[in-house]
Amino acid sequence: MIYISLLTVAMLGAGVAAYFLKDLIAAVVACAAVSLIASLLFYLLQAPDVAMAEAAIGAGLSTAVFVIAIRKTERYEK
Amino acid sequence: MKAVLGFAALSLIAAVLAISLSQVPFGVDRMEVARYYLENGASDTGAANLVTSVVLNYRALDTLGEVTVLFIASLGVGAFLALRRRGEGSLPPASLIVRRGSQFLFPLILIFGAYIFLHGHLTPGGGFQGGAVIASAFLLMFLGQYEYSLSHRPLSITESLAGLTFVIVGLIGIAAGGYFLSNFLPKGSLLSLFSAGVIPILYVAIGFKVGAELAGIVAAMLGPRGEE
Repeated sequence: MIYISLLTVAMLGAGVAAYFLKDLIAAVVACAAVSLIASLLFYLLQAPDVAMAEAAIGAGLSTAVFVIAIRKTERYEK
Repeated sequence: MKAVLGFAALSLIAAVLAISLSQVPFGVDRMEVARYYLENGASDTGAANLVTSVVLNYRALDTLGEVTVLFIASLGVGAFLALRRRGEGSLPPASLIVRRGSQFLFPLILIFGAYIFLHGHLTPGGGFQGGAVIASAFLLMFLGQYEYSLSHRPLSITESLAGLTFVIVGLIGIAAGGYFLSNFLPKGSLLSLFSAGVIPILYVAIGFKVGAELAGIVAAMLGPRGEE
């Protein structure tokens, strides 16, 4: 239970970091951390199907798509 | 005047919500459908994974809609980005370890993805998860090898064939079982690989479709590759 609460706090922290970071690559990595912790939480809360989808799509593919988009536009938020 | 109208509309909505919510008994288990699935899912569908029995049996039509949404999304990405032609500049080639490592991991990840969707009715996971894992294998190749590229035609052929398989299995279901996507094949014994009727066929189709679509989205995002 404590473990789940700690993970939730870490997830919130990563989400807030994604909002405040001006380097968009760093913000995307923070988003990926949110997805990764979310998938861990899904697994701990006994939803392994959702955990797999979240890990593969949220932490993997969507991060890559964001990074590709940032590389083709601008890296720093003005 | 506007404020009064807005206040009146809000109070009306609040009153309707309060009245209807006060009819809901408090503290009583309302999840009757979920309880039915838990009790009868395995015997109704033959799938050991209850999530799969909901996704591909009780709610298979919704899954067809979901696959269609993903198809339209990947079509949109392709239509927006396919025409653009911009060189990526010259990137330094990745190191030998990255290139060989990605080549080594690529087939293993593909096999893992296939395992996930082939066992969708037995273990957690299924077509969407397996397809996403397969697409991530292609992503690894894109990242590790600068000259790696996917041609569009095989991807779209795979996607179309998989979508057709889903719909044709559904239509055979009408002929054999009386309704769209009815489970007309024998259910077999629980927990064996060849069980649960049409569910493995549908999940293989979904796995190929989702894998091709997501890999196509990443390929379209990256744009034309190789020497230009």
